[in-house]
Amino acid sequence: MKLELRGITKRFGSLVANDHIDLVVQPGEIRALLGENGAGKTTLMNVLYGLVQPDEGEILLDDKPVAIHSPRDAIRAGIGMVHQHFMLVPVFTVAENVTLGTEPVHGLATPAFSLGGARIRSFRLPSFGLLDRRRAHREVRELSERFGLRVNPEAMVEDLPVGVQQRVEIIKALLRDARVLVLDEPTAVLTPGETEDLFRIMRELREGGRSIIFISHKLKEVQAIADNITVIRRGQVVGERPPSTSSTELASLMVGRSVQLRVSKEPAQPADVVLDVQHLSVHGERGEHSVRDVSFQVRAGEILGVAGVQGNGQTELCEALMGLRPSTGSVHLDGTDLSHASTRARLYAGIGYVPEDRSEDGLVADFSVADNLILDVYHRPPYASGIALNLDAIQESAVKRVEEYDVRTTSVQTPAGTLSGGNQQKVVVAREMGRDARLLIVSQPTRGLDVGSIEFVHKRVVAQRDAGAAVLIVSSELDEIYALADRIAVMYEGQIVAFVPPSIEEQELGLLMAGLGAATDGGAEPPGEPQVPVPEQP
Amino acid sequence: MTALVGTVRAPVTISRRYLAAGTFIGLGLINIFVFGFFAHRGDAVFALSLPGATPHVPPIRTPGAVTAYVAGAISIGLGVLRAVADLPRWGKRLSIAVVLLCFLVALLSWADAGNSVGSLEVVDLLQGTVTASIPLVLGALAGLLGERAGVINIAIEGQLLTGAFTAAAVASVTGGVWYGLLGGSLAGGLLGALLAIFAIMFLADQIIVGVVLNVIALGLTDYLNNRVMGPYASTFNTGNTFGTFKIPVLGNIPIIGPVFFDSNVFLYITYALILVIQIGLFSTRWGLRVRAVGEHPTAADTVGIRVLWTRYRNVILGGLVAGIGGAYLTVGNVGFFTPDISSGFGYIALAAMIFGRWTPLGSVAAALLFGFSFQLQTELSVLRVPVSSFILLMAPYVATIIAVAGLVGRVRPPAADGKPYVKA
Amino acid sequence: MSEQHETEPAAAPAATATAPDAGTAAPGGPGGRRPLTGSLIIQAVTEGHSAVITILAVFVALMIGAVLIVASDPVVLRAWDSFSYAPATALSATWNSVAAAYSALFEGAIFSPATVSAAFHGGSIAAIFYPLSLTAFEATPLILTGLSVALCFRAGMFNIGAAGQWIGGALVATWLGYAVNLPIVLHAIVCIIGAFIGGAVIGWIVGELKARTGAHEVILTIMLNYVMYNLLSFLLTSHNLMQAPGQTNAIAPNIAGNAMLPHVGGPPPQVGVGFLIALAAAAATAWLLSRSTLGFEFRAVGASPSAARSAGINVERVWVLAFLIAGGLAGLSAGTIVQGQTAPLTFNSYGTYGFDGITVALLGRARPLGVVLAALLFGALNAGGTVMEAATGVPFDVVDVIKGLIVLFVAAPPLIRLLFRLRRGGGAGPQAVTSQGWSG
Repeated sequence: MKLELRGITKRFGSLVANDHIDLVVQPGEIRALLGENGAGKTTLMNVLYGLVQPDEGEILLDDKPVAIHSPRDAIRAGIGMVHQHFMLVPVFTVAENVTLGTEPVHGLATPAFSLGGARIRSFRLPSFGLLDRRRAHREVRELSERFGLRVNPEAMVEDLPVGVQQRVEIIKALLRDARVLVLDEPTAVLTPGETEDLFRIMRELREGGRSIIFISHKLKEVQAIADNITVIRRGQVVGERPPSTSSTELASLMVGRSVQLRVSKEPAQPADVVLDVQHLSVHGERGEHSVRDVSFQVRAGEILGVAGVQGNGQTELCEALMGLRPSTGSVHLDGTDLSHASTRARLYAGIGYVPEDRSEDGLVADFSVADNLILDVYHRPPYASGIALNLDAIQESAVKRVEEYDVRTTSVQTPAGTLSGGNQQKVVVAREMGRDARLLIVSQPTRGLDVGSIEFVHKRVVAQRDAGAAVLIVSSELDEIYALADRIAVMYEGQIVAFVPPSIEEQELGLLMAGLGAATDGGAEPPGEPQVPVPEQP
Repeated sequence: MTALVGTVRAPVTISRRYLAAGTFIGLGLINIFVFGFFAHRGDAVFALSLPGATPHVPPIRTPGAVTAYVAGAISIGLGVLRAVADLPRWGKRLSIAVVLLCFLVALLSWADAGNSVGSLEVVDLLQGTVTASIPLVLGALAGLLGERAGVINIAIEGQLLTGAFTAAAVASVTGGVWYGLLGGSLAGGLLGALLAIFAIMFLADQIIVGVVLNVIALGLTDYLNNRVMGPYASTFNTGNTFGTFKIPVLGNIPIIGPVFFDSNVFLYITYALILVIQIGLFSTRWGLRVRAVGEHPTAADTVGIRVLWTRYRNVILGGLVAGIGGAYLTVGNVGFFTPDISSGFGYIALAAMIFGRWTPLGSVAAALLFGFSFQLQTELSVLRVPVSSFILLMAPYVATIIAVAGLVGRVRPPAADGKPYVKA
Repeated sequence: MSEQHETEPAAAPAATATAPDAGTAAPGGPGGRRPLTGSLIIQAVTEGHSAVITILAVFVALMIGAVLIVASDPVVLRAWDSFSYAPATALSATWNSVAAAYSALFEGAIFSPATVSAAFHGGSIAAIFYPLSLTAFEATPLILTGLSVALCFRAGMFNIGAAGQWIGGALVATWLGYAVNLPIVLHAIVCIIGAFIGGAVIGWIVGELKARTGAHEVILTIMLNYVMYNLLSFLLTSHNLMQAPGQTNAIAPNIAGNAMLPHVGGPPPQVGVGFLIALAAAAATAWLLSRSTLGFEFRAVGASPSAARSAGINVERVWVLAFLIAGGLAGLSAGTIVQGQTAPLTFNSYGTYGFDGITVALLGRARPLGVVLAALLFGALNAGGTVMEAATGVPFDVVDVIKGLIVLFVAAPPLIRLLFRLRRGGGAGPQAVTSQGWSG
């Protein structure tokens, strides 16, 4: 099915998210939409999927215009979408999620028979919509076998690793006979090995005549899989290129200027051990072990990068280090035992913490930028005298820091929630790095940020390291790990399975992230038994 | 160095295991040192049949104090077990049930030990429990119809109240109790519609709207009671009730029969609703879609489920059910409407729903518990137990607090519960 | 607005809590303050600023109240029966009925022109202010319970238990009032402090339970209310506890004259010291919330418990403290009644103060100044309502319904905007006072 988008325009207030975009995708083509975060790719796909109505423009399928006012229309037209944030109900099974909206129900019927020469047809008895679970499971299994997307129909989605959840989303689209499949940033949550798997599936789907639109901001992947690349920048199509185009050209198209793909970094000069973690374990409420017997050290002037696909305990590790989760084991900072200290005590002992979810955990969205900047020190002089806040001091300090960290806001009294993602992160960074930290813990610091903000954050992190801080960075973006880390710890299923140097090949790192490959130095027990059916690797 | 570091522990919540174990042991100690200790000498008599019933089951006599001690020992034992052992889920639930049973037996033994006024009418007690829990069950069902679709319904109290009022008024005016039942149900549905409109269309905070609707319901029914039912009682508040109806065969089973199969139509409606909603929610297409809307409305929307319509429909259905519960309070029970006749049942029903983890069967168990505590108060005052009736009246509410705080811990509501759905 | 969407709007239309009003970016660069100009006022009206919403809500509620007034007036009802051949009579009867009722309301609450003219003819000037003093008197307990609920709202919790906390304060104040003998000023002070403590203890129970077990405060507070109702009755019917000697009803002994709160100013009008205490409490609460470190914590926890926790704030401690202080405020409310009226404590003295506090807090958008104004409005309705009932026979319950309607409309700004076609505002409306579902 040929897909054409003509002149699609969408405005949100004064922002033009899509500016007269034209796009043609032939049947059996894998088209990549390449652009940085905030360029307008997702909005365009939301228009295609009926989640958003365009202000101008039209959509044509096989040269015939179609009206898509809701996802239902899109599905009926043969368009399937795998969202960046999955549309799966965590407490439902795979089969329930896949068949939601088209659930098979028990078909009770009287048999057809003949009565004295007359043929009585069979009547469908009311089944009151009783779910036919067996049939649903069968349908899921058939599809999963046909396309090599192995899933267990009876598993609860929330128990599945993210890579498997993505397969469920794909099966969901295929069940509805999608001829055009849109994948929005699908590799964000996959190991390199799983990404290869996904590419294989994509190629197979393409052989069947389907078109695939692959949205990404990752150059290498786009070059590996796409038949054609459309580059989008600030809501406009700025070019179409074949995958053989050089990375530099693609990158500068994406950003609009020449980009330093990797921040320049002096070699590390590690000094004394600042953070010493021994046998740290975190137990969840239902008895699951999210962090298992983790031990490592970080020295002053060194960046330790924790690589791993999201969901392997990294979040819990950071929270445990900050006292936000109960844990066993010991945590020492510069020799002081913080294992049972409160969060506040740890912050004041010299830890800066940039949490993974900046809008939920890093900032109070309703508070002003100024108030957010003192969220950790509001009760200490000069911001407070005794129980009274010192509003002038707060204001002054905020104005200074906003300038120093280049936070784009019209006033420090603006609610932080109205800032862009990049500026929000700058506020969090300004707060945490302004405290003379001995240890900086940053988790997924550049998720969802535009290239300019990414550069900024990376530069600051390196600057802190050079000023003598120890830095622990957790990221599922391998590019980021390679760019920043002086040493890499690989985390899988709650354990650190290896410590490796940043010179390691991505292939090998990918294997470690997936729980395979040989262990090198430092606490690498073999991964524990998986609790849910894990698909076999090819 | 140490000056910088406070040694306050990470968040001070108590784990559920020790909370439950502590509650078990606490109850056990009360069994021994309050009920056992203070029991009069003599036997407690548990009468198991209504006088004149066939077949007649002989009563059970046990020495009062000893029974209490034994019950206490069992509770403490279970408490220790709960603290040290990792029980499977059914084991945890069973232990809760046993501990509660021990507490009740100890309490009753104390109440009746050597009592000259009479024996413990167990059948009466159970019968009263079942009927007292009818409005609670219906209220909880109403609550979970809405909450499973993602809308919090705090207005159950108001729905019960207006349902009771309307039922009494309509039944009096028309002379037909069935009309009263219908009217009460519709009144609840109307309040449900108001909640739905304000919460879904106007995106008002659902808890606030619920509380406000309750306040308005209270004010309105008080006003109408003064202006209409007071002066014109012969027209509007004649106090008709439904007659009872015994189910043949089943109604004659000793003990169970009179309790579960001999009551007015409200009990049977309740049975039907429990069954229908339980099966409906968890085994039908309808239920799957409702739950999808309550857990992940965006996902439901993208597969073509009409999220807002589902929510409207469920909230109004819930209102209709709560209205029936309200109707019970008048035409199914005492007949006359009195101000604030719902006296907090709507909120207790909410607690039952939460306690029952948003399932019909779970809510029933919880509602029975609370209903029992109400009935117990009546029973104990009949026995002239030397405790002020006001203290006894506190019991159901204290029980709810203990249940919510002690035995339940953090429960998991439907994920989108309380969050209005806004399309981009 | 220009700063808002540098990154794309979320891919999935995420379901969020009640749609917040986006804050406005103030002109003048970082560090600039908002200019107070007439243009802002106009902007507020056309774009649905929350104060405007409130006024419009009051208006609509009064309209609906008018319907009820008409419905309870037999004269008007008869006139409408014969509407078809005497329409003018029906309409004028309606108008007269409503006008009489609402003017009686106004005269009872604010001032009556009769007293003004009487003053010019040698009557007492002070009498002019009598209705206002009644309003202040009615508003006093509402200010305090309103503050109680509002404080918890700001900390992200719903305090439905103001009634139970009120009872706690009432019990302590009453007991101290009759059981202890102290010299004149000291006795009153001791009692009022006792009232605060009594309420604070009840509030503390809720906060502690919530902090330690994670139970939801909506159920805890409502259950505790019922426990306290029964406790009150129990204490007042037990001879050796708090029942007045020689009484068979549930009445406490009268408290000593020394413990009563005095009035300021001579014979009517009088402003009770209770009113001044309430105003002082409002000022203190305002200072606490906006200028103190504790208030900062409250607001942070209320706006985002997870961010507060990550920044080192002890969220559980905030919950306990918020409920403690809120309980104390409700207890103070009881103190002003117990020590402000000569009638002794009875089994239903708590009246509707607790629930009215909720509506006042909602109306006042959980801000101390708003609470005071809302309480004065409700106080006016209460004071005027009694006069209205006496003068025109319209039952007091109409006032209750009007109060409820006002709050319902205030809780649903989009409805009011819809009714009056106001645009969705850029006005800095305070966030809807919410608790986020059952997980708090």
